[in-house]
Amino acid sequence: MSVLVAAPRPRAHLRPSTIVVYVLLVLLAIFYLLPMFAIVVTSLKSFAEVSRSTLWELPKAPTLEAFGSAFETLAPAFFNSVLLVVPATLLSALLGSLNGYVLSKWKFRGANVIFALLLFGMFIPYQSILIPLFQFLSTIGLYGSIPGLILVHVVYGIPICTLIFRNYFATVPRELLEAARMDGASVLGIFRYIMLPISIPGFVVVMIWQFTSIWNEFLFAITIAQQQQVITVALQNLAGSLLAQYQIQMAGSLLAAAPTLLVYILLGRYFVRGLLAGSLKG
Amino acid sequence: MTPFSWDRITPILMIAPSVVLIAIFVYGFIGRTAYTSLTAWRGVVPDYTFVGLRNYIRLFQTEKFQADIVNTVHFTAFFLAGCLILGLGAAVLLDQKLRGSIVFQNVFMFPLALSFIVTGTVWRWIFNPGYGLNVLFHNLHLDFLQSGWLTKPSSALNSLTIAAVWQMSGFCMAMFLAGLRGIPEELREAARVDGATEWQSFRYVVFPLLRPITLSAVIILGHISLKIFDLVFVMTFGGPGYSTDMPSLNMFITTFRQDLFARGAAIATVLLLMVALLIVPYLIWNLRGETER
Repeated sequence: MSVLVAAPRPRAHLRPSTIVVYVLLVLLAIFYLLPMFAIVVTSLKSFAEVSRSTLWELPKAPTLEAFGSAFETLAPAFFNSVLLVVPATLLSALLGSLNGYVLSKWKFRGANVIFALLLFGMFIPYQSILIPLFQFLSTIGLYGSIPGLILVHVVYGIPICTLIFRNYFATVPRELLEAARMDGASVLGIFRYIMLPISIPGFVVVMIWQFTSIWNEFLFAITIAQQQQVITVALQNLAGSLLAQYQIQMAGSLLAAAPTLLVYILLGRYFVRGLLAGSLKG
Repeated sequence: MTPFSWDRITPILMIAPSVVLIAIFVYGFIGRTAYTSLTAWRGVVPDYTFVGLRNYIRLFQTEKFQADIVNTVHFTAFFLAGCLILGLGAAVLLDQKLRGSIVFQNVFMFPLALSFIVTGTVWRWIFNPGYGLNVLFHNLHLDFLQSGWLTKPSSALNSLTIAAVWQMSGFCMAMFLAGLRGIPEELREAARVDGATEWQSFRYVVFPLLRPITLSAVIILGHISLKIFDLVFVMTFGGPGYSTDMPSLNMFITTFRQDLFARGAAIATVLLLMVALLIVPYLIWNLRGETER
């Protein structure tokens, strides 16, 4: 996000106000990093050490035991989450790009109303569709399965994907389309040969957003796919069943968070762009 | 009549699948939920006997749902206040553009990449009365800050709020930061030339310009807090007592654990109405502004 990354203003001397700013920034950073500290310190302890020491004491005999146990418990769910998140992300990005293209470049009468009605779907509490959804998936035999969950995430991902692509394609100059029209390109041809190739950044933003949201989602997962646990459900179960085994809980938390954390570290600015797109005005 | 043209039809065919899916999965399903809320369905077998508003009347009479409403209001107020204060504060600090700002910015925002389940699991450990924050406060001679955290009805909801603010305040910060960076330097320069102090230029130039962003942040975070579910599920499951119960969790338990489908549908409908009250005017405001541009 270009507006977020501004060049630092060079400051030669350290003014008192600068020191105050740094002190406040460090205090805030401590607050935000506190859970990370808890995760790292605790996950490296043995069960005996966790029950004997407090959260703040560093591990005396660091061990990866907890990661082994957490991985053993969470691995199937981790794999399920991968199976879920890859197709769901690709499909919703594809639908979003089609919608965004049409709703920004080929506005027909009523297009704005349709856009508004699509957008509303992004804000609803999913509890308000959960009962019919549960009935519907049971009827078509997809209840409790990963394909059912994929369908759900593709459908309810349409609004945000459409929004991000519509904003993205809105920045493409009209002249580009008109030139292609002169050369006899069709609506689909323009999409395929002009818009798709230049929309890689749009795809990156949408896919990172969908990947993060779907990986972290819990309500759909616990309601309609309890039998095929995904990572959030499995972590919740682990935390609920191994109540005193905080070292395994923390190791499990790190495993569950690792993929999205990695994406954030590597591609943070695209993540922020998706985040701000969700607030419409940004 | 205009002649047939593929260029007119293709765009409609391209968005048709999405429009049909949303029509069914959002609007059709909402309608069905609303209808279900007016029936007598309890137990695993659907029963569509029409009972009018009986489920709503009974629902509002339950102590649990009354607690839900109070908790939601309480949580939303403190959650918003926390996110706005931390978000604006952090954004103003980062906007000083000191060396290393980008590192701090990344640190303040990484919780957004985590799930509420991870956040809840970790904060439950930090809030553990015997091992966590209480020990730290004791060692720092700040014993007055000790608390029962999630274990006491009086402190559980506020503890939950702390974890939620930790996770979401970075969103507020990102919005404010984008807003601050969007204000032309000349405007603040002009205020300085006119003899305004740093505070005055912030109070009379910057802050009014941040108003639309603040409104956006309040509405987006407000609707998130009305829907809060995962965090409550993993941290307290609504307890102790009803002290942290929320409509979203109540709906889930009522419907999928107690099989009271009609009542669950009623809770869902009330929740939807609360969110719609916030979101619909916001959508209209946004899309109107767009056509004016």
